Order: sequence, then C-alpha cells, then structure tokens
Amino acid sequence: MGILVARRLLQSVVVILGVTLISFIALHAGGDPTYLFVSERATPEEIALVRQALGFDRPLHVQYLSFVADLARGDFGTSLSYRQPALDIVLGAFPATIELAVFAFAIAIVVAIPLGVVAALNRGTAVDGSITMLGLLGQSIPNFWMGIMLILFFGLYLRWFPISGHVPFLVPLLNGDLATALGNLPRTLYFLVMPGLAVATYSLARNTRLVRSSMLEVLGQDYVRTARAKGLSEQVVVVHHALRNAWLPVVTMVGLEFGFLLGGVVVTETVFSYPGIGRLLFNAINQRDIPVVQAGVILLAGNFILLNTVVDLVYARLDPRVSLTRGRR
Amino acid sequence: MNLRPDPGRAWRSMVRAKWPLLAVAILAVVVVVAAFGPWLAPLDPERQSIASRLSPPGTTGPQGITHWLGSDVLGRDVLSRLLYGARISLLVGLAAIMVGGTLGTLAGLVSGYFGGWVDDVTMRLGDMQLAFPFVLLAIMFLVVLGPGVGNLVLVLGIGQWVTYARIVRAETLALREKEFVEAARALGDSTTTILFRTILPNTVAPLTVIASFNVASVILTEAALSFLGLGVPASVPTWGSMLAESRDTLLANKWWLAVFPGVAIMLTVLSFNIIGDWLRDALDPRLRERQ
Repeated sequence: MGILVARRLLQSVVVILGVTLISFIALHAGGDPTYLFVSERATPEEIALVRQALGFDRPLHVQYLSFVADLARGDFGTSLSYRQPALDIVLGAFPATIELAVFAFAIAIVVAIPLGVVAALNRGTAVDGSITMLGLLGQSIPNFWMGIMLILFFGLYLRWFPISGHVPFLVPLLNGDLATALGNLPRTLYFLVMPGLAVATYSLARNTRLVRSSMLEVLGQDYVRTARAKGLSEQVVVVHHALRNAWLPVVTMVGLEFGFLLGGVVVTETVFSYPGIGRLLFNAINQRDIPVVQAGVILLAGNFILLNTVVDLVYARLDPRVSLTRGRR
Repeated sequence: MNLRPDPGRAWRSMVRAKWPLLAVAILAVVVVVAAFGPWLAPLDPERQSIASRLSPPGTTGPQGITHWLGSDVLGRDVLSRLLYGARISLLVGLAAIMVGGTLGTLAGLVSGYFGGWVDDVTMRLGDMQLAFPFVLLAIMFLVVLGPGVGNLVLVLGIGQWVTYARIVRAETLALREKEFVEAARALGDSTTTILFRTILPNTVAPLTVIASFNVASVILTEAALSFLGLGVPASVPTWGSMLAESRDTLLANKWWLAVFPGVAIMLTVLSFNIIGDWLRDALDPRLRERQ
C-alpha cells in the first residue's frame, strides 16, 4: 500500500508539472501577452516598460522556471484584473463548485445504482429496454442544453426552481459557523437542484449502463449460482453477493468521471450564472488573466489527481487482489 | 479469433436490433442535410427581417414567408439555419476524428511495436492529458488561437488521440508476437510494411467502434465550445452557436430558439452512440469488457 501511495504521489507531481507547462504554452502561444495589459494608444516605450515590469521580456524558459519556483513556495502570482493573489480568488470560487460537483456526483450515483440493478435483474424485458435507452439518451444530451431545458420548463414555465443563484453552505461551515451553514442547507440544495441535474445527466446515464453491465456479469458467476442454490433469499444474493462485486468497475469509472464532471461544470456554470470556479476560469481566460488561469487549472488538475489516487486506494481496499499484485511490483 | 468485419453478419444483426436501423436512418437524413442544406433550406440563413423577428414556429410573416420553426432575434429563419448548421457539426466531428485517429493510431503503432522509452514517453503524455478535464484545455487553446473551423478541428482532434493510441497500442502489443507478423519479419518486410500492412488492418474493428463513439463526444464538445463563443466565427450558423444566441431570449420564453438546435444535436449524437453500441457488439465483442 505504501509503495502504491508513493508511486501515485510521484506521478502526480510529474503530471502537475506537465499541466503547468501546457497551460503556460497555451497562454503564450498567442504572442506577447504584454499587449493585454497596455492601452491601445501606448507608445513603444510604455509597452517596453510594462513588459519589463511584468517579466515578459525574459526568455520563455526563464519565465516558466521562475513561475514553477514561485509555485513551489505556494505563490501563484497576483491576478492581473483583480489585483489580488490569484490563489485567493480561485479558492474563493472553489467551495461553490465543490458543492455543485458533489451534489451532481451524488445524484449520478444514488439514482444510477438502483436503475442499473433493476435493469440487470429484468434483463431483456421492456423495463431493461427503457432504462438502457434512457441511458443512451442521457449520454447524448449536451449538459448545457439540459440546463437550458430545465430553466425553460421547471424554472420559467412551472416556476418550481430558481434559474440562477447560489446559497453558500461550505463557506460558513469552513468558517466554523455551523448554525448558519445548517440554516442555509435547505436553500443551498434548492438552488443546486437544476444546475446539479444538468451536470449529472451524462454521468448518471453512464453509471446506470455501467452498473447494469457489471451486475449482469456478476450475476452469471458461479458463486452467485451457489448462493442461490444454498437457498439464500434473492435480496441477500443481490445485495451481498452480486452488488458487492459489481462495485469494482463502477468505483474506477466513477473516479475518472469526476474529471469529466468538473469539465462539464465550466459550461453549466455559465448557463446558470453560477459563481463557481468554472465561470471564474472562463472569465479569466477571456481576460488573459494568466495567474488566475494557472491557479485554477492547477487546482482542478490537482483535485482530479488526488481523487484518482483515493479511488485507487478504495479500489485496493474493496478488492484485496489489487493491493497484493501492485504492492509486490 | 477472426476479428475482420463481416458485412453480411453485420447487416443481419442490425436488422434484428431495430434501433441501429433507426439511427442509420437519422444519420442519413443529417448527412443529406449537411450535403444539400443550401438547396433544401427554404430561406437564406443570413437573411434578416425586422418585421418578422422572433416569430413563433409556423408563423407566416408579412411577406408571406412561413417560418416553420420560427425566427430568431434578427428575423432569420431557424429551420434554414438549422439545415446549414448540420454541415459544420458533422464536418467538425468527422475531421477531428480523422486528426485524432491518425495521430493516435500512429502513436499507438509505434508505441506498441517498439516499446521502450518511446512507449513510456507516449503513454505518460497520454496519462498527463487524461489527468486534466479536456474542456479546460480546449478553452485555453481556442481563446489563444482564436475561433475558426481549422483551430476547432485541431484542438478537438488533439483531444482524442489518447483513446486511439491506447487501443492500437494494446492491439499491436498482442499482434507483434503473432506468427504472421513474425513470418513477415522473417520474409524481410520493412518495419513500415509490417506496421501498416500487417498490423494496422487487424486493428480496424476496434478503431471503428471507438470512432463512432468518438464522433458523438466530439460533436457534444463542439457544441459546448460554440456555446461559449469559442467555436466557429459568429457569422457561421452552427447548432452550438444557435443555442448560445438563444440564451439572450430565454427569459422572454422564446423556447423554439433553444429547443430545436438542441434536439438536432441530441438526435445526431444519440444515433452515433446507438451505432457505436451496436458496432461494438457486432464487430468486436471483446471490447465490451474493455469499455
């Protein structure tokens, strides 16, 4: 287990360095970024001064190395448009995104498991057919369009849910104000319903199909037949024998999916004017606010890698064979 | 195991499954629309008309022109724009698959056949790319490079190479040790010949399956990027940019501007997904386990 963790951490550092390099290259690929920070009427001398002040006159590799060195000290630079530390701005928008992502993630799992199990147990019937088809449909709907349709129907027509806005839960909680956090919770969830559903649709559909196929595979195994032959009730067979083993591929997939979910959050946040990291990043990219983009990107990638590591460890715990084979390598 | 595609068996299984037939029919319509949109469209998609702006579907305007699917904020005909938009969506999707598929297949072949550090570097690069939500990367590059069909295809294509590289690499690794590859080597065939004439044809079945799922996801991403204003230039009607424009009139409940382009995207993507599903079962049952 220790070797596995160490390997994953080392990999993570390499990947994060790669991510910083890619984002650095992307933002310099459009030419000298100095022109973003001077007015159109600036004289060449003024431009040169600004370029020097911002450090854009140095060779690219020097700029990148100094950036990484700052990063290692926890300094992500100062936002060019907000004039505040970039990390603070990104961290400020992060709780809202976590709330959205976790909520969507929860929908995608809690709804997918019973649907997938029901489909598998009724294989070949109309129930199975409908669930499978709905799964395919869910994977074919752009999540932002899902958001627009939810806004049109549940927001504007039925007026059941708010079409934008956000009530913080994590921020008061992190500040130690438990009473406010709990008081906010019902409204937090209420505001999360529509963006959460929009973000979750794709993952929900994919998880359902995954649970179904995984269950089908397990239900055909000898030990399930043995369990049935022993006269165990169907419920015990399904929950204790089949589902327990059907978990494994689901857990792996679900971990990978969180990254996909975070990607979807960017667009969906824009649809719902949701004050999270996705909308912040999108605005920062448009303003070429390099430090904010870098901080946001690294934070998102770091989260994704962290989650994958956790998923690996959970996987090893759920399936003892995994940790043995990997640990000995 | 014989993995070569068998058209006869494929056709029979398609007729049996029914859904793929419907999907093929929908896609055929989309392809015809994409190819002949300009001739099919009732109106010029750029033709503006202040008099008939924001007319609901089925309204006949003052000049006796019927907007079957309504008109937008500038009085442009939604149906005509939808028909023109099919071309860009399909074109971008297929072109991106060509770019990503070619890059990925080459990388996978070389990686799998030669192994060693080439393999390590390629696969770690792939891991790195997958360790990062692709939409963010695409947004970053498109903001810098500027919108345009070429840039969009390039970015979306680069986003797909890893999938192909992994599949082709795995196949190549297995095929490399097979007798017929050894025989080709013993006969003195060049490495290029072995890679492209001996190994590549045997990876076609899994590649086809991946590609059809991939077109679906690329079309979804293209729509998302166009929705954010990063796709093709604003003057070109695409399904994604039509949805982006619909946002401004959403609160005024002009639902037709948001519903129809979305339905078009959904049906197209759904068709590709259904065909991918069916192809996977028909061509290469082994892939089912790997997905």
